[in-house]
Amino acid sequence: MASTLLAETPRGGFSFENCCRNQFFEQKGIKAPTAYKTGTTIVGLVYKDGVVLGADTRATEDTVVADKNCSKIHYISDNIYCCGAGTAADTEMTTQMISSQLELHRLNTGRTPRVCTANRLLKQMLFRYQGHISAALVLGGVDSTGPHLYSVYPHGSTDKLPYVTMGSGSLAAMAVFERGFKPNMEKEEAKKLVRDAIAAGIFNDLGSGSNVDVCVITKDKVDYIRPFDEANLKGQRQGSYRYKKGTTAVLKTEVKKIPFEVVKKTVRAEPMETV
Amino acid sequence: MSFSTAPDWTSAEHETGTTIMAVEYDGGVVIGADSRTTTGAYIANRVTDKLTKITDKIYCCRSGSAADTQAVADIVSYHLNFQKMDMGEEPKVKIAANIFRELCYNNRDNLSAGIIVGGWDKTEGGQVYAIPLGGMLTRMPFTTGGSGSTYIYGYVDANFKTGMTKEECLKFVANGVGLAISRDGSSGGVVRLAAINKDGVERFVLTGNQVPTFYEDY
Repeated sequence: MASTLLAETPRGGFSFENCCRNQFFEQKGIKAPTAYKTGTTIVGLVYKDGVVLGADTRATEDTVVADKNCSKIHYISDNIYCCGAGTAADTEMTTQMISSQLELHRLNTGRTPRVCTANRLLKQMLFRYQGHISAALVLGGVDSTGPHLYSVYPHGSTDKLPYVTMGSGSLAAMAVFERGFKPNMEKEEAKKLVRDAIAAGIFNDLGSGSNVDVCVITKDKVDYIRPFDEANLKGQRQGSYRYKKGTTAVLKTEVKKIPFEVVKKTVRAEPMETV
Repeated sequence: MSFSTAPDWTSAEHETGTTIMAVEYDGGVVIGADSRTTTGAYIANRVTDKLTKITDKIYCCRSGSAADTQAVADIVSYHLNFQKMDMGEEPKVKIAANIFRELCYNNRDNLSAGIIVGGWDKTEGGQVYAIPLGGMLTRMPFTTGGSGSTYIYGYVDANFKTGMTKEECLKFVANGVGLAISRDGSSGGVVRLAAINKDGVERFVLTGNQVPTFYEDY
């Protein structure tokens, strides 16, 4: 019971007291602050003896490019990596947490972690948060049962596919995959297709840009190539655009002496250093 | 004009705008589904497997939110595998259906999941249970679900007969899903079929040109 003399002790838990105020602000056209979103192109591809993951390197904050060379391929374990799209902070923390849990699992069991385990941990965490963690992931790796590739959505649904794309550039990248994918590709062929898919995202999607990062995971080796390709190399200037000396005619020259008087002179002694 | 870097489909929830179907026959069940998963207007997966294994002889057909139905199916699968180890025998389809019902009913405000459970056990043979959106459980001789089902109520009501063979049931389900795919924009891809009986599960895929056609033939 509320008393006029004794203030009510605040209760724990969530506070929704600003909801009405914020809704009012929104009606008045005042926008809530936004988070870094990686308007992204990320892809993954299963080839003959492993998985190739690819990502662009642009991070955006609304329409501003916040980072021109960010890293979107995250480490999960020695044999599993994960590309992240969505809110940068969410993808970073999610992958780190799952990486940590999987490392403990590896230490407990003494076995290399499996991709399906990482997938299950991710989907159960994301489902628990009902889509409030904006992490759209492409999870790939090689384990005792072979190469595996999953796409994980923010609400916690997952798909297991031979080739996947995610992020705002996923349509452009998927178009390239649908055109060029073949089962059991060679390594170089697979890397080329992943590069082309990311490049399609970089060039055709506003949210994606800068470089192409690639990560090739095989049974006993990981090849993390950053940058794999710089899609937007600064062009060399074809000619010199500076004016040549003598372009402007000199009409006349004059050398003048500035007259001055010595007003004061001081002589000061410097103490010697004895070290 | 403003350029939003994140279109709505990047954050939109995954929906299996679906056609699913299941029929009982003497000694087993036939289940079927299309393979389309959508986020808004974008097809996120064109070869989805909506016929999800729960135990060796119990499957479910998923419709609604992909995240919700996958989570529910995983939980039921966990419970039944636990029970199987505990009891040392194959779990009953009725129990599977009731666990689905329990989860779907208790969490009905937070879930959008329409599930059909189909399977075989030694006490009651082949069974089909439908658990629509609110979490009600009913056993049916045949049932359909998902957005595509509305297009084929006429077909299934007119063509279902009791006492069909496995082959007749497979044809019935393939036709039903095929017709729904052709009319429902949210359903598509391939037709996945499965027949479950005492011997186990047989799975079939009908790709593109194998999907049944009707008036388009001529």
